[in-house]
Amino acid sequence: MHKFLFTAIAVVFLGACSTAPQVNAPVDDKSVGATTGTTGGANTSGTAGSGVSGSNVAGGNPLRDPANILSKRSIYFDFDSFVVRDEFKPLVEAHARYLAANRSAHLTVQGNTDERGSREYNIALGQRRADAAKRMMTLYGAQDSQIETVSFGKEKPRNPGNDEAAYAENRRDDIVYAGE
Amino acid sequence: MPRSIKCGFILAVFLFAAVSARAQLTIDIVGGAGTTIPISIVPFDGDGGGPAAVSSIVAADLARSGLFKMIDGSAISPRPQRATEVRVGDWRAQGADAVVVGTMRPQPDGRADVRFDLVDTVKQQTLASQSYLIGVNQTRATAHRIADVIYEKLTGDKGVFSTRIAYVTKQGPRFQLVVADADGADPQTVVSSNEPILSPKWSPEGTRLAYVSFEQKKPIVYVQNMSTGKRAAIANFRGSNSSPAWSPDGRQLAVTLTRDGNSQIFVMNAEGGNVRRVMNSPGIDTEACYTPDGQSLLFTSDRGGSPQIYRLNIASGAVERVTFDGSYNVSPRALPDGKGIVFVRRDGGRFQIAIMDYATRQTQVLTQGPDDESPSIAPNGKMILYANEGGGRGTLAAVSSDGRVKQRLSASALDVREPAWGPLPQ
Repeated sequence: MHKFLFTAIAVVFLGACSTAPQVNAPVDDKSVGATTGTTGGANTSGTAGSGVSGSNVAGGNPLRDPANILSKRSIYFDFDSFVVRDEFKPLVEAHARYLAANRSAHLTVQGNTDERGSREYNIALGQRRADAAKRMMTLYGAQDSQIETVSFGKEKPRNPGNDEAAYAENRRDDIVYAGE
Repeated sequence: MPRSIKCGFILAVFLFAAVSARAQLTIDIVGGAGTTIPISIVPFDGDGGGPAAVSSIVAADLARSGLFKMIDGSAISPRPQRATEVRVGDWRAQGADAVVVGTMRPQPDGRADVRFDLVDTVKQQTLASQSYLIGVNQTRATAHRIADVIYEKLTGDKGVFSTRIAYVTKQGPRFQLVVADADGADPQTVVSSNEPILSPKWSPEGTRLAYVSFEQKKPIVYVQNMSTGKRAAIANFRGSNSSPAWSPDGRQLAVTLTRDGNSQIFVMNAEGGNVRRVMNSPGIDTEACYTPDGQSLLFTSDRGGSPQIYRLNIASGAVERVTFDGSYNVSPRALPDGKGIVFVRRDGGRFQIAIMDYATRQTQVLTQGPDDESPSIAPNGKMILYANEGGGRGTLAAVSSDGRVKQRLSASALDVREPAWGPLPQ
């Protein structure tokens, strides 16, 4: 039933796409003139996560198996800290070993900060958090070329609140595999 | 399967674009200068009156600057239309130190002839006298130009009423980069995305905007031409690409890249390419800003343990520290006269906009905080536009460089941030 519904929706979307001029043009520039195509857009991973997981896990993908530590993707940091806490080391190690065993696998570590301070300086701070996770992964056997580190700074808070609980949730790395 | 989901998402984006918001910023004065110049703007004969009339827009511009006090001259009859008709004694009696008179006359070809005179009633002389032949859509632009002339004659500083500003709005999941006139009029969306957009920076000649967009799920620096709408991803390297800053000649951009591991400052051609690293530091270097002479880069670095502002001499590579007080001084912006900087400092948990004079090393805190950020200096150096997070929703505000005049810029129901004040029109 679920699957049927999803297929029906997919057909509608595919139909819509066939009439669209370009598959990858979600961002539209319209100063006065042309539209320039680019890929991207925000919430795709969230949508895919909820919509697809049920049908995809059938293959036994360890990255999507809720019982597998590889399905855990967030590493939280203390205030003004860039050190991976002990409780998250098994998670980082597990992803590193997965990369070591699957040399074609690639992932991105996305660093995030809480909402305090300069937007651009927070991009640099978030980058430092992402780099900390990457450094640990390479120590556990992942290759440098398998991991890209990027930062969202304070721009994409998971918790929009402005108390310490929200800040703690936002001082975070997220691990996203290529193709997810 | 994932492909179809992406398509659905794309469709949603197009639908969003069709109903793009056009909420305009309105600007209110919330604090005035210590001394103001009393001036009377006499309604121009033939300009039609009402808020859209040339003389009304001139008066609104000058009033908004906080440096003028509007004197009502409606009791004086007959209403003068040119300098020779201004009886200075009448206006002195009303308390006006300056009077602006003018006319707007339709021409046979559909254009209009707009003339104005600025009379100093104290010195009893005409300070400015100009005429403009304008098309039907040039009323606002002409009024701003007249206000610029009056402002410069009476204050000695360039007027910035003809400039434009850029800012980012967030409405639900939707981010838009908007360009508007300095008074908030005529807002136009130049980029829309469901991912954050930040750090818009005007090129020195005002025809291009550099900005950072997350639409590819990572920060990438784009340069977009404002007249064609075409753009290029000029810094899209492995890792994060952010914090663009134009060189004064518009040919180079300083950017922060992490492609070699750490957040470091690079300089590159504004069209892309020729990327070279300007420094090596073990810590964070970011938020570059060229000094007006193009010789140095101001930047934020934590090389000393806490984020502070430094200055790099590009030719020699010499670096000197600029800020010393406090544990958090970031986001440096060079004053256009080269005599100091505006920056953000944290004091007791409050983020405030401050200004520092190089010669005296004196820092003056201009705003109250608690969440003031992203300052952008008007091209005459007299006003600073910045963002704050009042009550969880971002708004823009402006403060004069002496801290006296305060403006609030608001747009209903929109989260507004990342202001950038454009250059003087060329």
